[in-house]
Amino acid sequence: MTDTRTIRVHVNGKAFRGEVETRLTLVDFLRHELQLTGTHVGCEHGVCGACTVLVDGASARACLMLAVQCDGAEVSTVESLASGAGLNALQQAFRDCHGLQCGFCTPGMLMTLTEFLRDNPDPGEAQVRDVLSGNLCRCTGYQGIVDAALAAAKRMREVRL
Amino acid sequence: MSLTGFGASAPRKEDPALLRGEGQFVDDIHFPAMLHAAFVRSPHAHASIGRIDKSAALALPGVHAVFAFADLPEPVRRQTLPLLVPHPSLRAPRMPYALAKDEVCYAGEPVACVVADSRYIAEDAADRVEVAYEPLPAVNDCRAALAPGTTTAHAEADSNVAARFPVQVGDADRAFAGAAHVFRERIYQHRGGPFFMECRGAVARYEKPTDAYTLFVSSQGSHRLKRCLLDMFDLGDHQVRVVTPDVGGGFGPKGSFYPEYVNLAFAARVLDRPVKWIEDRRENFLATHQERDQYWDMEIAVDRDGHILGLRGELIHETGAYVPWGIVLPWIAATTVPGPYVIPSFKLDVVSVYTNKIQTTPVRGAGRPEAVVTMERLMDRVARELELDPAEVRRRNFIRPEQMPYNVGIIFRDGRPVTYDSGDYPACQAAALEASGYDGFRQRQAQARSLGRHIGIGIANAVEATGLGPYESATVRISTSGKIVVYTGATPQGQSHKTTLGQIAAEQFGVGLDDVTVVTGDTAAISLGIGTFAARTAANAGPSVHLAGLEVALKAKTIAAGMMECLLEDLELADGYVRLKSAPDVRKSLREIAVRSVGMPGFSMAGELEPGLEHTAHFTPAQSAYSNGTHVAEVEVDIETGAVLILRYTVAHDCGRVINPMVVDGQVIGGVAHGIGNALFERLVYDDQAQLLTGTFADYLLPLATDVPRIDLVHLETPSPLNPLGIKGAGEGGTIPAIAAIVSAVENALAPFGVRIAEAPVTPQRIVELLGSHALGRTR
Ligand code: FES
Ligand code: FES
Repeated sequence: MTDTRTIRVHVNGKAFRGEVETRLTLVDFLRHELQLTGTHVGCEHGVCGACTVLVDGASARACLMLAVQCDGAEVSTVESLASGAGLNALQQAFRDCHGLQCGFCTPGMLMTLTEFLRDNPDPGEAQVRDVLSGNLCRCTGYQGIVDAALAAAKRMREVRL
Repeated sequence: MSLTGFGASAPRKEDPALLRGEGQFVDDIHFPAMLHAAFVRSPHAHASIGRIDKSAALALPGVHAVFAFADLPEPVRRQTLPLLVPHPSLRAPRMPYALAKDEVCYAGEPVACVVADSRYIAEDAADRVEVAYEPLPAVNDCRAALAPGTTTAHAEADSNVAARFPVQVGDADRAFAGAAHVFRERIYQHRGGPFFMECRGAVARYEKPTDAYTLFVSSQGSHRLKRCLLDMFDLGDHQVRVVTPDVGGGFGPKGSFYPEYVNLAFAARVLDRPVKWIEDRRENFLATHQERDQYWDMEIAVDRDGHILGLRGELIHETGAYVPWGIVLPWIAATTVPGPYVIPSFKLDVVSVYTNKIQTTPVRGAGRPEAVVTMERLMDRVARELELDPAEVRRRNFIRPEQMPYNVGIIFRDGRPVTYDSGDYPACQAAALEASGYDGFRQRQAQARSLGRHIGIGIANAVEATGLGPYESATVRISTSGKIVVYTGATPQGQSHKTTLGQIAAEQFGVGLDDVTVVTGDTAAISLGIGTFAARTAANAGPSVHLAGLEVALKAKTIAAGMMECLLEDLELADGYVRLKSAPDVRKSLREIAVRSVGMPGFSMAGELEPGLEHTAHFTPAQSAYSNGTHVAEVEVDIETGAVLILRYTVAHDCGRVINPMVVDGQVIGGVAHGIGNALFERLVYDDQAQLLTGTFADYLLPLATDVPRIDLVHLETPSPLNPLGIKGAGEGGTIPAIAAIVSAVENALAPFGVRIAEAPVTPQRIVELLGSHALGRTR
């Protein structure tokens, strides 16, 4: 009963070509086939946002996509954010502003905000809260996350100047 | 104060790995040849079980085994899961077996365990296991469950009463007889769940050479889980190791022992392969413990001026299908009711009732939010009836700081009298009112009303027993590499133990936080531990780290004094060295001292010292420490849609001395968000056969970034006299008064319509119902 297809995808810049089951979700593909366990599964029904990744630059719920749907695509996960041993500006802002507690929702938050800040370099608090309303966090009450997004936007604007 | 020591907002040690996606949560653990489990769960809330046909499941390629109750090994079949906190009032404590034996008592109860090459195959196979159920009538409401001769949640039982017990202080009936006013409120608090983002899960391994099990599990207490496994399998201490990796939130229910863990351990041994099970969100809704669900029928007696004379009434607590934590929830609720107020007499009849729903065990706040909703609703009622300001009624009834320590007259769940150790409740409320602009509110309200906007304000006060014993362990060890490691039985789920406990140790040795590693939740690293729940770690593990660190620091100095031939008093610890105060260049490194401390093969130890640069401390508090707080919520209610917008939220909070202010603020703010959910959205709807109708995050709503406002925080610090660091707990203080404050504010906003609220949550739908024609009149 296992139905498989061959796919080619680029994940965080690295090429993958291989056989996957057609029913395999993108998040299970990333986590279990590629051992990229940074992307988390919080609900498997598209509400919590913990599994958010970028597919061809746009945020997507990796629990609601099948791996085969990513054939030919470029996927970015939380593992792509920092180069080398450090943290990028957004990750650093999360640390500075206490934007995480258990850290389970964090990869999804980071990916959602990566896309958002790319497209909205100077957002207001209400806009940040609006975009974050697609990601659940049970620990932080969101305040640290909102502060981190605003702080990162500011820092990124300064770097660009 | 150093940048990373006690009292500093040190950046968290936990963060870099988690931010890079390098956290190690239980589902990130992978072993070669690992198999995956899925559970067959009862679709009925109550049924008896007949034949179980596994053949179709076993025929599926990739399936390794299907276990039902009869396949479990002897010591496991002989007993139910252990009852964590027994109590004499529990007449017939019901606990589940590792797999249902002949009866299922809630929808989602595990009936069989399937192990396969992948989770996908295990789920396919679980669907093919055929169980012959004989459905039985289900009990879905704890009040109805008390009616004589009604259906019972357990077929064999003669009633649904799990326990009955009284709480009594003074002579309440006499106080009521002489009172100027008596008011009665019936109050309901609906159940909610922990809904951590990482569902439960575990990986079990069995090592044949040592005949021992290892369980990696997303839990709040590795040592307790280990003890439960030892009991279930009748094993020796050396045969079980429980390790807790990164944990994605716990909020109480990850502290329970669940049947799934027993099955995984058993499967790993019989199949001789590691076995993993990760709960999915559907299972999480059905099979992870929940909380709240209490009905209070209460009367308050006051004198002419609103001074409380007495409280009396009845509490019906729904325990669900089983009682893993005994009666701790209704007990905590009952003993939390008095809060910061002088209550000369108090009489409560408590009954804990079985139903066919998943059991209720502590969820963030653990019975206290319910108690605070009850008390604060009564305070608001008194204010309304006596036409007093709600803040003034509370002011008149506060326990004064000069009355501390204050004995409330009740015995708490730790077996000690409820005695508040310290605190200044009037100052706390005053600080919250000041910060919230309370004095200007009536004007804001009048103005808003003139514009057709409905805003309201609510106050809630709470006193929280924290730092529950019996102890928490810590070993501080300096290895022969000179590195400082702290081991503790405390098992974090986001509360930053690796940072805050590290700060305490760093302080002792005069080093930076990077020089200290904190190892949590591994039963092989330290022999005793309790775990992290009930805001207890900072106040128990914190002092243990402090005391162990003191001993090790003293020992390091003593050894160095011998090596350097000088007096102990002349030495100090700094930057990883013991050095002469007068000549800091004359020094010995912790590495050299540690090497000296372990001795050389064949040579006698110098001096009288025990070998090793390490010490283990188990700080055992004499009783609970009591944190307190005041919340003020300002809300706006849309009377057409029933939507509630929180305009302003203020917290004044006193948790004694603060190790890391950033971390404490985060705990409090996160806690408030949990309370907002409980107050406004979180509702588990069951049908009359106790079937859950809201089993996804699309039906059961958690608060979002757009629902939680920015929260203003004021800290007060009255150190606890009960531990050497003056710490009290902070983990639940944000949640406990939040529900009461918000419900009160919503009622206040709707006062012009005569709306009275005595329940939580108050969802938009419920608000529209309560508004009745006032809402419909506008929308029609
Ligand atoms: S796991 Fe994909 S949205 Fe929750
Ligand atoms: S930090 Fe725990 S869920 Fe967001």
